[in-house]
Amino acid sequence: MLSEIRRSVRNQWVVLAMTGELDLGSSPVLRQAVVAEVADGHHHLVIDLSGVDFIDSAGLGSVVGALRRVRSHDGHLLLVCSEQRVLRAFQMCDLDRVFTFHVDVDSAVGTPVRV
Amino acid sequence: MSGIVELRVPAVPEYLQMVRSVVGAAASTGANLKPERVSDLRLAVSEAATNAMEAHGLSGVEDRVVIRCDLSASQIEVEVADCGPGFDPNSLPPLPDVDSPDRLRHESGLGVSLMYHLTDETIVESHGEGTAVRLIVHFGD
Repeated sequence: MLSEIRRSVRNQWVVLAMTGELDLGSSPVLRQAVVAEVADGHHHLVIDLSGVDFIDSAGLGSVVGALRRVRSHDGHLLLVCSEQRVLRAFQMCDLDRVFTFHVDVDSAVGTPVRV
Repeated sequence: MSGIVELRVPAVPEYLQMVRSVVGAAASTGANLKPERVSDLRLAVSEAATNAMEAHGLSGVEDRVVIRCDLSASQIEVEVADCGPGFDPNSLPPLPDVDSPDRLRHESGLGVSLMYHLTDETIVESHGEGTAVRLIVHFGD
């Protein structure tokens, strides 16, 4: 179960760091957090999945929804993930072709925002 | 080692983690099943149990979802059974290509294909009174 989302601001990015397992039960937490950020005008997001050790299609769906929401405001979404089981879930659904992955948060927030 | 483990859980997502844990523990007792294959089975079971819970939720069914692990010397078979309205796995609409902007409009629709991808055999038996998904992983492959 997703235990928490920690929020921080680094450079021009809002970082949402998640822990736990991302599934049907916990994905609404991510979805609501992203909706709130976009509503507040924060359109450049990093979702840090370093603390996530399981993701299923419901979890993947919430990340897809996050990308759609930021893009609808010309925003950007970067993912931080090095856990092979989580990366494999993205790959099996070809979603690794949709997202930009970074190995750590420092690398992600060092990415300049292209407007 | 062989045996049967059966869970009857309420159709609420808070039980998914427990379902995955029990199935993962059962699968880990199988002979030489690699951790990667245990992880694959946990993911497949999560997809099946998610679909079952959503089927109960959408149709207002209050029965429990039944997860039955049947462990033999050669394989583990996990059956996830619900009392929902059923569906035809062969008539699910395909998702747009990932290169299409329309793909981002779809936050669901991956579960059934993942089950087939992650297991050696996935058998879906569905009718108007429920669905049973059998997920089979052979040992030693």
